[in-house]
Amino acid sequence: MIKVRKLVKRFGLKTVLRGMDFSVDDGEFVALIGPNGAGKTTFLRILASLARPSMGAVNVAGFQLPKDAADVRRRLGVVSHQPLLYVDLTATENLKFYGRMYNLPDVDTRINEVLEMVGLASRRDDLVRTYSRGMQQRLAIGRAVLHDPSVMLFDEPYTGLDQDASTMLDEVLRTVAARGRTVVMTSHDLARTEDLATRFDVLSRGKIAASATHEDFGSGNLLSFYKGVLEEGKKQ
Amino acid sequence: MKKKNSYLRAIGAVAWKDLAAELRSRELLSAMLVFSLLVILIFNFALELDIKTRDAVTSGVLWVTFVFAGTLGLNRSMAIEKDRGCLDGLLLAPVDRSAIYFGKAISNLAFMLIVEIIILPAYSVLYNTNLFQPGLLLVILLGSIGYAAVGTLLSAMSVQTRTRDVMLPILLFPVIVPVLITAVKASGGYLQNLPFDQILPWLNLLVVYDVIFIAISFMVFDYVVEE
Repeated sequence: MIKVRKLVKRFGLKTVLRGMDFSVDDGEFVALIGPNGAGKTTFLRILASLARPSMGAVNVAGFQLPKDAADVRRRLGVVSHQPLLYVDLTATENLKFYGRMYNLPDVDTRINEVLEMVGLASRRDDLVRTYSRGMQQRLAIGRAVLHDPSVMLFDEPYTGLDQDASTMLDEVLRTVAARGRTVVMTSHDLARTEDLATRFDVLSRGKIAASATHEDFGSGNLLSFYKGVLEEGKKQ
Repeated sequence: MKKKNSYLRAIGAVAWKDLAAELRSRELLSAMLVFSLLVILIFNFALELDIKTRDAVTSGVLWVTFVFAGTLGLNRSMAIEKDRGCLDGLLLAPVDRSAIYFGKAISNLAFMLIVEIIILPAYSVLYNTNLFQPGLLLVILLGSIGYAAVGTLLSAMSVQTRTRDVMLPILLFPVIVPVLITAVKASGGYLQNLPFDQILPWLNLLVVYDVIFIAISFMVFDYVVEE
């Protein structure tokens, strides 16, 4: 579903991604973990067609980036630490706006479905500025799945959420956003990440330094696996 | 046909979203209006005007007011998109990005026109002059179109910088000079009751600048917003 070969991204003289190879199979949930500045967000922005690769090949859902960007975007849902919502519009108005941007047929029915799924149907006509951070993030998930994308990108979705809101978001991510879809997620919350993902790739110094599944490191051992990979990287 | 429809639908959606949010918050329009009223009030007290001088300076005062108020509006309009990541939300939509540009340009133009509709009668009363001439209104419309066309593009560029509030006027004013000069000259022509054949060249220039600026913005917007 996602294939990346020898991806390089430079900002001026600074090279963020250094010949990165990465792939995700259909229906897989891959967590991309790594220290700050490793290039996780930059990489997700390239997958989302928000940034142009300097070199290398990026293929998402059978389409080449940046050439077929519009086709990729049609199949992509993005949830980031920012909700990407307009606070002076209601939840319904926000979703209606995005529905029109994606040219969805019968958008009102789909909005009803999505609001039910994320548990915000009763607050549908309230301004987003009156929502708590957790509710905004749930609505952000609703916005991201509105057009029923096959690939989801989560960029630090737990940032700024308290424990209760994070637990609620966990449930919505699992049942609404991730079910039946291919997912790439970046997060610093390793405990939640371990619970959600099926594969874990460590991004360090612009490259995938290691890749493992639950079977490789055993349940509850993601943190020690992650630390081990970073220690190994420092020695080299 | 379907593609054309989705393109027009996206333009309409962006413009509708901006207008709906602004009608609710009134943050942008109130700032533009208060600023514009203050400017014309200050000019009214600062300039002791006889009838002849008044006709000569009115176009300059009007356009200074519109341009500075417009800059406030442009900055705020794009800052709203940037601050909560909404610009990314727009850019993730599977439409040609020029649709986003046209949607934003239409809403920015609408905000300018709303301010102008309110300022013109206020100016007419304060300066005891008639600004409601069809020719002058056409010039104001054409000038505002040119201003919104370039301003929307450059505000999308400046909003990516840390010093966006300062950066927009620095980028915008040198580029907008041709539109401003032609708009001031054409407006002055109507206010001083010059013959139409003396105003026509300025009007033609204004239309040409509008077309050029819209075409350039249409072509480069995609590169301006992409990292």
